[in-house]
Amino acid sequence: MKKLMLGNDAFARGLYEGGCKVVSSYPGTPSTEITEAVAKYNEIYAEWAPNEKVALEVAIGASIAGARAFSGMKHVGLNVAADALYTASYTGVNAGLVIAVADDPGMHSSQNEQDSRHHAIAAKVPMLEPSDSEETKEYVKLAFEISEQFDTPVLVRMSTRVSHSQSIVSLNSRVENGLKEYVKNPPKYVMMPAFARARHVVVEERTTKLIDFAETTKLNTIEINSTNIGVITSGISYQYAKEALGDKVSYLKLGVVNPLPEKLLMDFASKFEEVYVIEELDDIIETQCLKLGLDVKGKSLFGFIGELSQSIIADKILNTKKEFKSLEEMLPMRPPVMCSGCPHRGVFYSLSKLKLNVLGDIGCYTLGASAPLNAMDTTICMGASISSLHGFNKAIGENAEKKSVAVIGDSTFMHSGITGLINVAYNGSNSTVLILDNSITGMTGHQHNPTTGFNLKGDPAAKVNIEDLCKSIGIKRVRVVDPYNMKETEDAIKEELEVAEPSVIIARRPCALLKSIKHKPALKINKDKCKSCKMCLKIGCPAISMQDGKAYIDYTQCVGCGICMEMCKFDAIGGTN
Amino acid sequence: MTEKSIMIVGVGGQGSLLASRLMGNVLLSKGYDVKVSEVHGMSQRGGSVVTYVKYGDEVFSPVIEKGEADVLVAFEQLEAARWVSYLKDGGHYLTSTQKIEPMPVITGAMKYPDEILEKIKEKGIDLIAVDALKLAEEVGNSKTTNVVMMGVLASKLDFPIEDWKNAIKECVPEKFYELNIKAFELGLLFSRQSES
Repeated sequence: MKKLMLGNDAFARGLYEGGCKVVSSYPGTPSTEITEAVAKYNEIYAEWAPNEKVALEVAIGASIAGARAFSGMKHVGLNVAADALYTASYTGVNAGLVIAVADDPGMHSSQNEQDSRHHAIAAKVPMLEPSDSEETKEYVKLAFEISEQFDTPVLVRMSTRVSHSQSIVSLNSRVENGLKEYVKNPPKYVMMPAFARARHVVVEERTTKLIDFAETTKLNTIEINSTNIGVITSGISYQYAKEALGDKVSYLKLGVVNPLPEKLLMDFASKFEEVYVIEELDDIIETQCLKLGLDVKGKSLFGFIGELSQSIIADKILNTKKEFKSLEEMLPMRPPVMCSGCPHRGVFYSLSKLKLNVLGDIGCYTLGASAPLNAMDTTICMGASISSLHGFNKAIGENAEKKSVAVIGDSTFMHSGITGLINVAYNGSNSTVLILDNSITGMTGHQHNPTTGFNLKGDPAAKVNIEDLCKSIGIKRVRVVDPYNMKETEDAIKEELEVAEPSVIIARRPCALLKSIKHKPALKINKDKCKSCKMCLKIGCPAISMQDGKAYIDYTQCVGCGICMEMCKFDAIGGTN
Repeated sequence: MTEKSIMIVGVGGQGSLLASRLMGNVLLSKGYDVKVSEVHGMSQRGGSVVTYVKYGDEVFSPVIEKGEADVLVAFEQLEAARWVSYLKDGGHYLTSTQKIEPMPVITGAMKYPDEILEKIKEKGIDLIAVDALKLAEEVGNSKTTNVVMMGVLASKLDFPIEDWKNAIKECVPEKFYELNIKAFELGLLFSRQSES
């Protein structure tokens, strides 16, 4: 049976067909749908963990116990899980262990553009890179076999265009391979120095064997056309190259991107007058070619930044450009915005009005940095808001403490905000932390987390009480506000900034996009009362604009949250008549 | 057959994901190689959203670039203006006349451009403009503008209408099926009437 499947859905299908039994992940664009799709297969135990490190450790434990296991994350998620990965490389596996890492060239939904192949090299583990959905599914199954054959975790590198493109997949049945026997083996699994020294030797021997494997595996394919140009490529870059260059060049397509096959690279390159390396982001393949003394062209043409495409490749290699028509005028951009009815909006308006320093974090609320709210000073990585606020306050002292806050969402707080807050409490930091609890992991598309009371499968689960958690680590001042009540929210922020001890304000209101949220009727402007003061525009609601000199509410977008009513001094906004 | 490229552009939240999935469903049933590229994550939040659908004997890149789209479907006027350059010479341009102001216009930093549709036509582009929001409201739900536009698109592609209806059945929850079929038929009817 053939089906049109998202790369991420095909990944999940590969886990199913490959006999995977245990899955633990943390959501992150563009990797999230893998684990959401896995949750639909009853044969597989699947969960959301609080962060990627926990998730990978769960998968490692399952693999050692004898079950094929998986953990999925985005590129920056692997930084969080790297500690586990680098030593799991030493211990190796019992049953197969596969890790998805989804890169985001072009940063469609990420804070940096790092190339996760560096992690494969540094951790000394093999990495496969598929270029469409069908390949993804097949590579995942092979990844389990490689993992067991070579006793190593295997990384599968996805990228936004592979993860989030649908293409055709042939479905096969599941291989049920049972549990492998678990045998106690401290020299293999207890990585204290004496044992780890011996395991490092094993790792280096394994790399040599993996290079031999890469020389002959069917994952690395050669396509010869009658031409004197050769192209070495992998993943989505292969698809761009095929579209741009067709049979005008010959291809070496690498399905294994770590370790690289030395002889294969040399043999292929020796056949052509010109050889191009086409790879997104960093110069991993090119560097290896140069190390082998091969005369190749790559980054000098394509650069290190952003996504490649068929037109970039056609331009650089064939010197051809497509013709197109365009409008001459400058058009307004349409950046992403907080949705209408977003509970974060009122909080950021208050922060903006009070002119505070806002140490931000990763989530929908990062959009608080955009105009007209402009209420964010920093965004670094998951959890950094609270810990960096502490550093900021320690550096400047009272002047900062009275006008600086950290802002973090519920899921990000569970991920790695809690450790920062423990540091605040433990080191007596006079810091004010706002936890924006919208009862869901929003930006990645509504995943449950330990604060929502439900698990990945939607079943009821233990629920972290954020107030009690904060109190139990030593924060005495913990209060809850409704962010739809802007006065209450603003007063709470002012009060907590004044007190000389750490405090937490939980702004609690579920995401307006949740299906369980009943929207109120759209609000309407009373044109006679509207004085055109534009105060209602200051909250940056996408439903409100000016039309014919008066404020106007787009009824297709408005969900009746009422934040704009609080802004209006002339009582010009009300319910529909 | 040679590869065909269809692009759907709009504002996050307007339902371009469903539209592209409907199309993918129709194309798969015809035995084509198909690739559908979607937008997830931050860009979805009210931003400018682009979806690509490509089909033919063999499709490689999932992405459509400037000068490559055979058909461009826009759910909003400013987005129609923004993506003009992606249309192939002689391609079809189908747009909804709906206007949604982006944040730089709301904050007053920029102006929403005037006479967008006229400017596109001046370029010699074959443009069909539809008040899809009005048609969707006639059906009883403003959220069905995406499916109205799929009805308009269906009139420009040579696939049996039954295939589209089957795709709607597969892709939308049962309780919204009738509503979406009506929206689709209104779009189709509008397009056929405007041709005759």
